[in-house]
Amino acid sequence: MASSEAKLDLLQGTLDLMVLQTLATLGPQHGYGIARRIEQVSGDAILLNQGTIYASLVRLQQRGWISSEWGTSDNNRKAKFYAITKRGRKRLSDDVSYWQRLTGVMGRVLALQNEGDNE
Amino acid sequence: MKFSFRESLLRIQSFARKKPLDSDLDEEMATHLQFAVEENLSKGMCSQEAERQARISFGGPQQSKETHRESRGLPWLDTLLRDIRYTFRTLWRERAFATIAILILALGIGANIAVFSIVNTLLLRPLPFVNSRQLAWLDSNRGVGGMSAITYTIAVYDEYAKQNRSFDQVTAYMPFFGQGGYSLTGSGEPLALTGVMVDWNFFQTLGIQPQYGRPFLPGETAKGAAKVAILDNNFWRQHFNSDLSVLNQSVTINKQAYTIVGIMPPSFDFGAAFAPGQRIDLFEPYSWDDIRHWGNTIFIIGRLKPGATVQSAQSEADLLFPQMRAAHTDWWNDYLTRVSSLSDHVRGKLRASLIVLWSAVGLILLIVCVNLANLLFARSVARSKEFATRTALGAGRSRIVSQLLTESFILSGAGALLGLAFAYGIVSFVARQGSLALPLLSSMKIDGATLLWALLITAIAAVLFGLAPGMFVAATNLGDGLHTSSRGSTEGRHYHRLRSLLVVSEIALACVLLVGAGLLLRSFLRVLDVNLGFQPSQAAALTISYDENGIKEHRTAILQEILRRVQAIPGVEVAGISDMLPLGRNRSWGFNAIGRAYQKDEDNGIYVRIVTPGYMSAMGMHLREGRDFDWSLDRPDTQAAVVINEAAAKFHWPGMDALGKEAENFTEQGKTARVIGVISDVRQNSLEDTATPEMFLSYSQFGPEGSELIVRSKMRPEVLSPVLLKTMREFSPNQPVGEFRPLRQIVDTSTSPRRFFVILVGSFATLGLILASLGIYGVISYMITRQRQEIGIRMALGASRADVLFGVINRTLRLALVGIFIGAIVSFAAGKYISSLLFQTEPGDPMTFVAMFIIFICVALLAGFIPAQRAARVDPLVALRYE
Repeated sequence: MASSEAKLDLLQGTLDLMVLQTLATLGPQHGYGIARRIEQVSGDAILLNQGTIYASLVRLQQRGWISSEWGTSDNNRKAKFYAITKRGRKRLSDDVSYWQRLTGVMGRVLALQNEGDNE
Repeated sequence: MKFSFRESLLRIQSFARKKPLDSDLDEEMATHLQFAVEENLSKGMCSQEAERQARISFGGPQQSKETHRESRGLPWLDTLLRDIRYTFRTLWRERAFATIAILILALGIGANIAVFSIVNTLLLRPLPFVNSRQLAWLDSNRGVGGMSAITYTIAVYDEYAKQNRSFDQVTAYMPFFGQGGYSLTGSGEPLALTGVMVDWNFFQTLGIQPQYGRPFLPGETAKGAAKVAILDNNFWRQHFNSDLSVLNQSVTINKQAYTIVGIMPPSFDFGAAFAPGQRIDLFEPYSWDDIRHWGNTIFIIGRLKPGATVQSAQSEADLLFPQMRAAHTDWWNDYLTRVSSLSDHVRGKLRASLIVLWSAVGLILLIVCVNLANLLFARSVARSKEFATRTALGAGRSRIVSQLLTESFILSGAGALLGLAFAYGIVSFVARQGSLALPLLSSMKIDGATLLWALLITAIAAVLFGLAPGMFVAATNLGDGLHTSSRGSTEGRHYHRLRSLLVVSEIALACVLLVGAGLLLRSFLRVLDVNLGFQPSQAAALTISYDENGIKEHRTAILQEILRRVQAIPGVEVAGISDMLPLGRNRSWGFNAIGRAYQKDEDNGIYVRIVTPGYMSAMGMHLREGRDFDWSLDRPDTQAAVVINEAAAKFHWPGMDALGKEAENFTEQGKTARVIGVISDVRQNSLEDTATPEMFLSYSQFGPEGSELIVRSKMRPEVLSPVLLKTMREFSPNQPVGEFRPLRQIVDTSTSPRRFFVILVGSFATLGLILASLGIYGVISYMITRQRQEIGIRMALGASRADVLFGVINRTLRLALVGIFIGAIVSFAAGKYISSLLFQTEPGDPMTFVAMFIIFICVALLAGFIPAQRAARVDPLVALRYE
C-alpha cells in the first residue's frame, strides 16, 4: 500500500459526489471502472468496499442524476454503463461549490485553532 | 427521510420489482469481479490470488446487496413484510396458541362490534329524517300520564300551530290506532291492516318524500274530502308485489273507496321511530272534523325554525299555553307542555341501558386483553432464549419489540376479521327481531362508522395485549437468557407475580360484569314475577270487525251472536271482547265519584276499556266483588254500569266500599253510572308501572275504539285459529285475516327490551367468566410446569399427593379471593350507576353478590383443580430429572 497511515472512512454523501465527478470527467463507465478510478485518484488513501458503489449508483440513478445502459466493454464483456445526465451536471456543480466553501471554512476554522495553540 | 415525488415513485416501483432488480445487480457484481480478476491476473498474480484479492476489495457481497436494496426500495416495508412472514411462521408452528388467541379475540371484538352497531343505531346515528336535529316532540301534561293525558285535541293543535313562533312547521299524528284496525277488501281474502292517521304535512315536516306518487295535499284533511292513502313500502312490496300500477288506483278499505296516492321509500319506518315493535301498513290524512270532538287524540311534532332550540320552544310554550287556555275556557285541561327533541323522545329512555351495555362489552374487551397479555407473557418467557439469540446476532431491542407488536397486530387483526363475521351474524339476527319493542332496530347494520370503530378497538386491543411481552423484552437483560437455564427459580417468581396481578384484575373485571348481569337478571325475574292481574296462558286475541251499519242498537245483538258462535266451538271455555288490550294503547276519560269533593288540580283521569260480558273471565281477571256485565241487565236503556279496578276504588272512595256507588263525568250530561264490580288491578301500560285507576264499561252502553276478541281455551292457538276464523267468516264474510296472538306473546313483547338487555349482558358476563377461568387455569398450570422440580423435591422429602393438591388449590383460591374482593368493591360502587335500570332490586342486592361469590369460587376451584391434579400426579424421580 502506498500510504502507511490508516485509510480514511468516507464521509456521508462524499461517495455520491466522487461518483458524479468521475462520470463527469471520464464519460460513461461501468461500476468497476468508477470504483478503480476513485481508488487510483485517492492514491488508495480511502477505505472503499467496491461493492458499496452500487448502492450509490442506484441512488443517483433514482434521483435522475445519472443514467444507465447495458453495453459491451473494451474486452468484450457485457456490463452496465453509467453516464452523468444534465441534471447530474447541475447537481455536481452545486455540490462542488458547496464542498469548496465548506472545506474553505473548515480550513480557516482549523487554522484558527492552530494559531491559538501556538500562542 | 424525505424523498421527492419521483424518487418515492421509483422506490415503490423498485420495491415491487425486487426479483429483476436483484438479478440485474447479481449480474453487475459478477462482471465487476471478473474485471477485477482480469486486472489482477494482468498484474501477474496467480489465478487463486487474483480471485482472492478481487473479493477482498469488493467487500461483502451480501452487505452490498442489502445497502443496494435499502437505497433503492422501501426498507421499512421490507422489514415489516419480513416480520409478518416470520409471525405467520411462528403462529403456524404454535397453531393451538394462535387458534385460542384468535378465538378469544374474535369473541371480544365481535361482541364489541355488534354492540357498537346497536348503540350506533339506537343512540348515536341521527334519526332517519332530514335534519332530524331540528325536530321536536310535544307532550301535554308535561309528559305525565297515559296517552290520553299527554296528547292534544285538534283545537289545541290548530291554535298552537297558528300562534307559535318557534316552529317552521308543526304536524301531528293520531297514536290511537289499533293493530289491524283497517280492513282491506276486494282482492282475495280480506286483510287486516294497521294504519295511522296523520296530518297532511306529516311527511313533509319530517323531510321524507314518498318514493312514488305524491304526498298528501292540504285539502285532504277536510271533512268530506275524497279518501286517499299512502302505503308503507314493506306492505306494498309484500302485498302488491311492488306493482306500481296500484298508484292512483282505488281500493276498498273499511268499505270505503280509497285512492292510493303514494308509496313511502323503504327507509321510512314509522313503527321504528314512533311505535317500536309495530309494523304500519298505510297512512291516511285524518279528517279533522270527524275527530274534533273526540278529546285528546293527537301528538304534535314540529320542525324548529333556524336559530330556535328546544329550550327556546319550551320557554315559548310555557308562556303560550296558559295564554291560550285563558282564551279558550272550553278546553279540557291546561295542556302544560314539555318540549323535547324528537331524538330524546324516541330513544332517551334507552340511553342508560345502552351505556351499560356498552360498558359491559368494553369490560369484555379489557378481560380479553388481559387474558391475551397473560398468554403472550407466558409465551415470551418461554421464548426468552429465542430473543436472547436474536439479540446476540445483532437485533436491536426495538426490532424485537416491533416484531412482537407485529405479532399482536396480526393476532388481533385475524380476531377482528372473525369477530366481524360473528358480529354480522348477531346484527342481522337482531335486526330481524320485529317483535322487539325497541326503536330503529330494523335499520341496524354494520356501516362505515362501525367498521371504523372495529378498526379502532382492534388497534387498541393489539397495543394493550402486545405491550405485555414487549415490556418483558424491554425489562429483561436479554443476554442473560442464554446462560440462565430453567433451573433458576428466581426469575419465575418475578413474572409469576406479574401474571398473578393480571389474573386478579381479570377476575375483578369479570366479577363486575357478573354482578351487573346478576342485578339485571334479578330485575327481569322480578318483572316476570309481577302480578299481571290477568292470566296470559291459554288465552289469545284476534282483532275482529263487524258491521253495525251505523246503528248502535245493532251492536249488542251482533256481538252477542259472535260470542255465542265462538263459545260454541268445542274446546273454547269462554270468550269476550274488549276495544283495547292491556299493555298496548290506552285512552282515558274523566271520572268523578258522586259525593266526593275534588281538589282543583287533582287528577281524575281514568283509563277506559269498553268490554263485553265474558271478557274479564276470558282474560282471567279477578273480580273481587260485584258482578260481570250482563247483556240483559246492562242495556242501552238502563243506568250505565261500570266496573272499576282497586286503584280507582281506593282513589275515589277512600276507606269505603265502592260497590253500588255512583259516578259521573264520563256519562251523558245529567246521568250517572253505578259501580257494579271491583276487579284486582291489571298492569295497563307496562309490567313495571304500578296500576292507576281504570274502569270497564259495557259495549251495550258506550262507544268502543275497536274490537279485540279474547278466547280462553286449552287448545293450541295454531289449532284453534283456523276454526275460529272459519266461524267468524261464516258470520261476517268481511272478517280480515288477522293474527291470532296468544296473550303470552303480548306480555313478551312488553318485556322484550328488558329481556334483550338481560340476554346480552348475561352472555357477556358468561363470556367474562369463561375468560377469567381460562386465565386462572393458564396461570396455575404454568406455575406448576415451572415448579415441577420443586414439587418433585417436596414429594421426595415426604409431602403427600394431598398436600400438593391442596397447596395448589389453596393458591388458586387466594388469587380468586383477592380478585373477587376487589371486584365486589368495584361492583358495589358501580351499582348505583345502573340503579335506574333495576326493578325492585337494590344495587347492593345480597343475593346477587352471594351468587356471584359462589359461582366464582366454583369456577376458580374447577380451573385450579385440573392443574392441581396434574401436579399431584408428578413422579418425583421424573420431575427431578426434568429440565
